[in-house]
Amino acid sequence: MKELLEHIAKSLVDNPDAVSVNEVEGEKSVILELSVADEDMGKVIGKQGRIAKAIRTVMKAAAIKDNKRVIVEILQ
Amino acid sequence: MLRSVVKEAKSVDEAIKLALDELEIDREEAEIEVIEEGNKGIFGFIGNKNAVVKVTEKVNIVKITEDFLFPIMESMNIDAAIEIEENDDEIYITLDGDNIGILIGRRGETLDAMQYLLSLVINRNLGIYKRIILDAANYRQKREDILIRLANRMAEKATRMRRNLTLEPMNSYERRIIHSALQNHKYVDTYSVGEEPNRKVVIRYRYGN
Repeated sequence: MKELLEHIAKSLVDNPDAVSVNEVEGEKSVILELSVADEDMGKVIGKQGRIAKAIRTVMKAAAIKDNKRVIVEILQ
Repeated sequence: MLRSVVKEAKSVDEAIKLALDELEIDREEAEIEVIEEGNKGIFGFIGNKNAVVKVTEKVNIVKITEDFLFPIMESMNIDAAIEIEENDDEIYITLDGDNIGILIGRRGETLDAMQYLLSLVINRNLGIYKRIILDAANYRQKREDILIRLANRMAEKATRMRRNLTLEPMNSYERRIIHSALQNHKYVDTYSVGEEPNRKVVIRYRYGN
């Protein structure tokens, strides 16, 4: 899960080296905290959060097989 | 990101070779622009000019697409083949393989999200804008057929009842299919109302045409 979010974020930003994901594993859910360079914030959020929403949708689909809820938080 | 170098040498061919070596790519993978033809001058030394070329690495859409999609599909346990067709303003990417339903999602929700992200990734690398259409197991074509049938059925109903009909909320891609299916209809026309994601198509009956 962590690697997948890293992969998606790195494909979208100008500073892939600044991408990091922290995984907090719960019983039924996984929280993924994504941080990117300040100037790349717009590249993972988008207008009206459209990019963030698409990222969450893809992550949710990937989590189906693990039977877990995945929560993507973008750290400011 | 686009990589390019400018090289100068005695001949065009030599300059190109230097540039290709520096970029570590083959000639087929490069866009070559000759800035200065160069000439040998009289007797090979008076007024001779070096050739100057600019060589830019061609964007490899296949590679960008595969690099982006394969890890995602792998995480979903999907083993699918990727096919890419390109014209002047659109790139069609089709996926086919086992277990592909996960990638489509409810009413194509996941496929739309993937298409959006992929178009950001490709267009960022391309530098110019192209419409990206991602399809899986023919989902979009099947959906288009269903929507066209729905449009015709509802148009007929609106005509029969002599009143307007509002359809379910749809995304812009699906609304466009409805609009274009009915644009030359004799008795109805169409427009959209509401805000995303609840924007809907209204089929309007035209009184007395």
